[in-house]
Amino acid sequence: MTTVETWAVILLLGVGTFVLRFSFLGMIGGRPMPEWVLRHLRYTPVAVLPALVAPAVVWPAATGGETDPARLLAAFATVAIGLATRNALWSILGGALTLYGALWLLG
Amino acid sequence: MTASPPRSAFWRGFREGLPFVLVIAPFGLLFGVVATEAGLNLAETMAMTVLVIAGASQFAAVQMMADNAPALVVVVTALAVNLRMAMYSAALTPHLGRAPVWQRALIAYTLVDQCYALAAQEYELRPQQSTAQKVAYFFGASLAVCPWWYGMTLIGATLGEAIPPSFALDFAVPITFLAMIAPMLRTLAHLAAALVSVSVALMLAWMPHNTGLLVAGLVAMAAGAQTELWQARRRATQ
Repeated sequence: MTTVETWAVILLLGVGTFVLRFSFLGMIGGRPMPEWVLRHLRYTPVAVLPALVAPAVVWPAATGGETDPARLLAAFATVAIGLATRNALWSILGGALTLYGALWLLG
Repeated sequence: MTASPPRSAFWRGFREGLPFVLVIAPFGLLFGVVATEAGLNLAETMAMTVLVIAGASQFAAVQMMADNAPALVVVVTALAVNLRMAMYSAALTPHLGRAPVWQRALIAYTLVDQCYALAAQEYELRPQQSTAQKVAYFFGASLAVCPWWYGMTLIGATLGEAIPPSFALDFAVPITFLAMIAPMLRTLAHLAAALVSVSVALMLAWMPHNTGLLVAGLVAMAAGAQTELWQARRRATQ
């Protein structure tokens, strides 16, 4: 990505995010959103983020796209700990320890 | 009984926002490191953090920039991650909609997940407060939360260049995302959305320029919404 493109992404993302946050507070006011829109918006993070990471977990760029047992194991550990503790920080810590442990063991 | 001044609402917001520092600080640090690894310089990293202040979408953007996705796809995907903020905006409007426009603009700028969660709880507990008190509470929470995001990103971006590749930092983003997603899987509908999201993304990984991700996101949102409807209907007939 060129410098110009990088700055374009940064600016558009900044403006776009502000518009999303300002939308109802600033422009649309008190009119309620249709129920079906709210129902879809509720699921945006769990719909977009898993799709973003799934290919990176199964075909990591760092190994040239080869499925890597250490990274796969770390991903499963992260999700399992996150589900069990409901705490993102424990989940990151557990995932990172699993990754380093597995990389060390599996060489 | 006299109403308490906005000043006390401000400090209550500030105090109740402080525990989130434990979440924001490590994420900010990690973002600084990851953005640097992805090739952003210090000015670009800090500009993104200050202009966007939305962690997950920033991680998404940086990951896709490192994958050489086209600029437009990066923006659309990262904004899709932030769509939920329109919902936050709608939810707070009945409480803050009468504040002056410059205050609403400032509120919108700092409307991150943590501030939304705090404000939603506060306004439910104390609906009778004046608009000024509600605004003051929100600004207190913002002040406790947001500066940490800037500061820790700066530290991370400065440290980032010193970290050798043997630390497998490529995997910091996947781990961070999975750790953010897992605690959100509270209902069957959330779980369905996540599973559909992963399956469709893997099936469509052949599509050019990460566009499979956009399809997966849309299908998964529909899956979550439909599961919710289906469960509501089942409960209604029981």
